[in-house]
Amino acid sequence: MKYLDEYRDGRVAAKILSEIERVTTRPWTLMEVCGGQTHSIVKHGLDRMLPAPIELVHGPGCPVCVTPLEQIDKAHAIAARPDVTFTSFGDMLRVPGSHTDLLRLKSQGADVRIVYAPLDAVRLAQEHPEREVVFFAIGFETTAPANALAVTRAAALGVKNFSMLVSQVLVPPAIAAVLQSPGNRVQGFLGPGHVCTVVGYREYEALAAHYRVPIVITGFEPIDLLDGVLRTVRLLEAGTVQVQNQYSRVVTRAGNAAAQRLVWSAFEVGDRKWRGIGTIPKSGLRLRYELREFDAERRFEVGAMETLEPAACISGQILRGLKKPHDCPAFGSACTPERPLGATMVSAEGACAAYFAYGRHRLEATR
Amino acid sequence: MCLAIPGKVIEVFEDRGLRMGRVDFGGTVKKACLEQLPEAGVGDYVLVHVGFALSVVDPAEAARTYRFLVELGQLDELHVPEGPA
Repeated sequence: MKYLDEYRDGRVAAKILSEIERVTTRPWTLMEVCGGQTHSIVKHGLDRMLPAPIELVHGPGCPVCVTPLEQIDKAHAIAARPDVTFTSFGDMLRVPGSHTDLLRLKSQGADVRIVYAPLDAVRLAQEHPEREVVFFAIGFETTAPANALAVTRAAALGVKNFSMLVSQVLVPPAIAAVLQSPGNRVQGFLGPGHVCTVVGYREYEALAAHYRVPIVITGFEPIDLLDGVLRTVRLLEAGTVQVQNQYSRVVTRAGNAAAQRLVWSAFEVGDRKWRGIGTIPKSGLRLRYELREFDAERRFEVGAMETLEPAACISGQILRGLKKPHDCPAFGSACTPERPLGATMVSAEGACAAYFAYGRHRLEATR
Repeated sequence: MCLAIPGKVIEVFEDRGLRMGRVDFGGTVKKACLEQLPEAGVGDYVLVHVGFALSVVDPAEAARTYRFLVELGQLDELHVPEGPA
């Protein structure tokens, strides 16, 4: 496929790797922010191809992973109602809450459906006026425009039986939380390419300047990721604090202004809790007051939830780049993708699940 | 989750006031909302995430970045992608 295949060419990858080797004079620790990038790096083994002084640690950018247990439990409480058709992206179905998961609820008779696009949930509501159709609106800035479109469309068309359970998170506050962690080792970032197609990277320039770290906005294919590493290492070696745009074929500095307007017509910034990390101020989006009738938490009066999170899990430290999956005694034994104990094992884009899926069970097999 | 895939716009149409497109992803055709990409037309490559087109792929930028990488080691036999197919 055009714009994909050429970014998987092994000969180009070899050239970039030898250039990284040539420019590296000392150890550097880099973090890729986005879970999609983590998955691609582990799948292709890119971190193992890098010269030994370059370490990649994995970031908090997996929205499925960081959706707080309270929101998962609320989703389950709403989905279990006989009058509700609960719709979600496929990745949320296996995520365990305190007591159950959406797939198990479905097998017990709940009407749980996977949708490809949030707009499909609105259409489902129009086709079934007798049902309450709820959409689980999770994601980062990449997904926010599509989710905003669904709720503003429902409002415009007067689809009263549609509502959304919102768990939208933002990347820059999470990067700040990583950099403020005691014991932070991250010296440079591969920035989230698809998030930046929407929001651009001006906010990342402010982050880079404030924390004195280089950030390279990076794509998701192997060549993109290696190019992102090369550019970040060059900036680190030169002592230059800067934001570079590796993913310029789809990312511009200002981003997509029309998509941003759409997001702000539906959402406003609020505090959000991140699974494994805790509450990060101003790190999420909630529905604007004018759209409150489409807020599923309000409509179904799901209040505060008592949650049960396994104590053994170290996902909070993994999400902040302080530890790696094999540092956890439960990894691969008590905790597997089938029976995950916490955030980073619940989605294929979580660091633990990616390590498990690609056979990195032992310390000596990794770096 | 933030997976987004480039595909070629093969048709643009309206659905009750919403600008939509049919997008070809290497043989698989899906609908995508083009409302926030007024500049995208038939033949353009767009980056789509959960049924929503986020940005138009800039062929000149793609070629420039790629040529720069290829020139790292003067690999003459490598094909440098040009503009839209």
